[in-house]
Amino acid sequence: MKSSLKLAMGLASAIAASTAVSNAAHAEDLTLCWAAWDPANALVELSKDFTKETGIGMKFEFVPWTNYADRFLNELNSHGKLCDLIIGDSQWIGGAAENGHYVKLNDFFDKEKISMDDFVPATVVGYSEWPKNTPNYWALPAMGDVVGWTYRKDWFSKPELQKEFKEKYGWDLGPPATFDQLKQIAEFFQKRQIDGKTVYGASIYTERGSEGITMGAMDVLYSYGFQYENPKKPYEMEGFVNSDKSVKGLEFYKALYDCCTPPGASNSYMGEGVDAFKSGQVAMHMNFAFTWPGLQKDENVGGDKIGYFVNPKGPDGDQFAQLGGQGISVVSYSDKQESALKYIKWFANKDVQAKWWSLGGYSCLNAVVKDPKFPASQPYAQTFLDSMAIVKDFWAEPSYAPLLQASQKRFHDYVVAGQGSPKDALDGLVKDWTQVFQDDGKM
Amino acid sequence: MLNRTAETVARATPEPLARKVRGISDKGLAWLFISPTILLLLAINIFPLFWAIYLSFTNYRANRPNEVVKNLGFANYQRILGDQDIWIAMQTTAHFVFWTILLQTLIGFTLAWLIDRKFRGHAFWTTLILVPMMLSPAVVGNFWRFLYEPQIGLFSYVISFASGIPPTSIQMLSNVSLAPWSIIIVDTWMWTPYVMLICLAGLRSIPEYIYEAAEVDRASNWRQFWSITLPMALPFIMLAVLFRGIENFKMFDMVNLLTGGGPGSTTEVASITLKRQAFESWRTGYSSAFAIILFVAVFGLANIYVKALNKVKQR
Repeated sequence: MKSSLKLAMGLASAIAASTAVSNAAHAEDLTLCWAAWDPANALVELSKDFTKETGIGMKFEFVPWTNYADRFLNELNSHGKLCDLIIGDSQWIGGAAENGHYVKLNDFFDKEKISMDDFVPATVVGYSEWPKNTPNYWALPAMGDVVGWTYRKDWFSKPELQKEFKEKYGWDLGPPATFDQLKQIAEFFQKRQIDGKTVYGASIYTERGSEGITMGAMDVLYSYGFQYENPKKPYEMEGFVNSDKSVKGLEFYKALYDCCTPPGASNSYMGEGVDAFKSGQVAMHMNFAFTWPGLQKDENVGGDKIGYFVNPKGPDGDQFAQLGGQGISVVSYSDKQESALKYIKWFANKDVQAKWWSLGGYSCLNAVVKDPKFPASQPYAQTFLDSMAIVKDFWAEPSYAPLLQASQKRFHDYVVAGQGSPKDALDGLVKDWTQVFQDDGKM
Repeated sequence: MLNRTAETVARATPEPLARKVRGISDKGLAWLFISPTILLLLAINIFPLFWAIYLSFTNYRANRPNEVVKNLGFANYQRILGDQDIWIAMQTTAHFVFWTILLQTLIGFTLAWLIDRKFRGHAFWTTLILVPMMLSPAVVGNFWRFLYEPQIGLFSYVISFASGIPPTSIQMLSNVSLAPWSIIIVDTWMWTPYVMLICLAGLRSIPEYIYEAAEVDRASNWRQFWSITLPMALPFIMLAVLFRGIENFKMFDMVNLLTGGGPGSTTEVASITLKRQAFESWRTGYSSAFAIILFVAVFGLANIYVKALNKVKQR
């Protein structure tokens, strides 16, 4: 009896001890929060090296793009401890910095000799700095991204189509240099029969719920001359947001939607765009660069059948593209900030960044993207580089959410629902944005 | 046996506790039993309501907890009542509520009347008709989105087959005129069985002898319907209208899944606007004021309606 009691006690102690050890190990695990998409899978793969090197386990919380902002902004606003590290959208930086959600990284960068000069300048401004263009860093540029275009190289190179196109428009069918050319190509392909299937001109962003139509319309408006504010007087928007050039840009976006998109594409964003291109519905496809590695590998439309081009020029020769992408930040409510900072330090390493690119992530480190071998490393690498050189981003103010809601409504009302004129839409946008900044006490 | 057990329990109760329990009146005991529920109600219903009323007079934003909260008086209410977009959303809601209730009541009552005939296999048909109601709104929203798809959707092909219009031209969710109807169709498809069930209960509650008396008086079927069936089933129909009206006034899931409020703002009902203001724009004070206005509107309308319902029942 005595010996069986001893045995039971021994077993109980062993179980208790092993549980304690296991809990201690799990206590060190870091949770990284991000969107559920292809690069996130690449990051899971990459992070295995971090665990090998440091013994710190990595857990991941990935949320689909449609709920990404809702889910994680709620988490940050409620001071939740779910995320130790977060790869937050570029537009969140103002709010996250001013509301104390992110740890300021300046001292850490100085201590670890991580220099922001080593990263692509646009990504530093876009993903790390708040206030913009000041050396106050809240994130390390993690995933470079930009809106660009893919096209069906195999269709473009069909001799009969090339001939017909040249006869109709007077120039060779190929990647467009201007938005007018892009529209001509889209019109040419709209409802055309190719390989026994009806195809359409282009897939563009029209989504209403989150940020889709704003990202798409802005991608065009920038090159038409749209400006968010008077460069000499912050928050003065009259005559900039609703300038004649902006009006023409928005008019163009609606014309492109009306003439050349597939039927029913009234709520289309990244996923729907990829589906339209992969299923062979469209000749051209507007999307963020993160989709390119997946499309390149696709059996039906990838390989030699796909080509890439930078956002075309506007009527005055201006050429810009909508910035996407994110920086990685340490959440200030995390109890494991020290380990999280170790991850940032590890992630900033050149070899890790090179592997990140090779796995399908878009590195923002100069040493990687300026490597002479980089442009030839992937068929889309040069287009990515050229696009990143011309980026502009949406407001990154703490009130970015109501600013975005206003543009979503105004653009969708005009472009998709056809209500009012482009001038009405942009005048309305100035009114809405002015109200937001007045509420914030900035005007 | 029960008395003996009670006696044993009473004897085993320690004297100080027994003295305390003996001092509680029946009313006190009743309060004791219902207090957990009342506390729960206060915590999850009443307190948030009063808290929302307080917030509706402030500029509070849930995403900026460190900011100073200012009292704005009735400014939020004034802004909402003067906001054209809010009125458009209310009109959209009213349009949606009116047409869904009208269609669901007409079709639901007709189905109930037919099912009440007790034809062969009526039990099977009743079960079949009830299926849409048993599905999750998320499932319904998603599969109807595919059915409405202009290129692959079955709905577009059926309409195309019947009308000769090419299926790709039938853009139910993208067309400004068709999008509100696409939601009305789905809601009617899903919730007509619910109205049918309530109406069926009403029809089955009419005593058979009334019809027999009418037969004796040689009343025609039409006369029996107008003078017996409809008046006696009316309270049930009105109840169904009340339930569906309240439910559709706060409709969110189906609209969100099918159109997300688009194209443009053509299907943006009040609940979608409220969600956008509260959880996307983070205007907590403003959205609280909007929620209170909606609450008062629904509460007021429901109250008037219940009074009318009581009058009909008393006739």
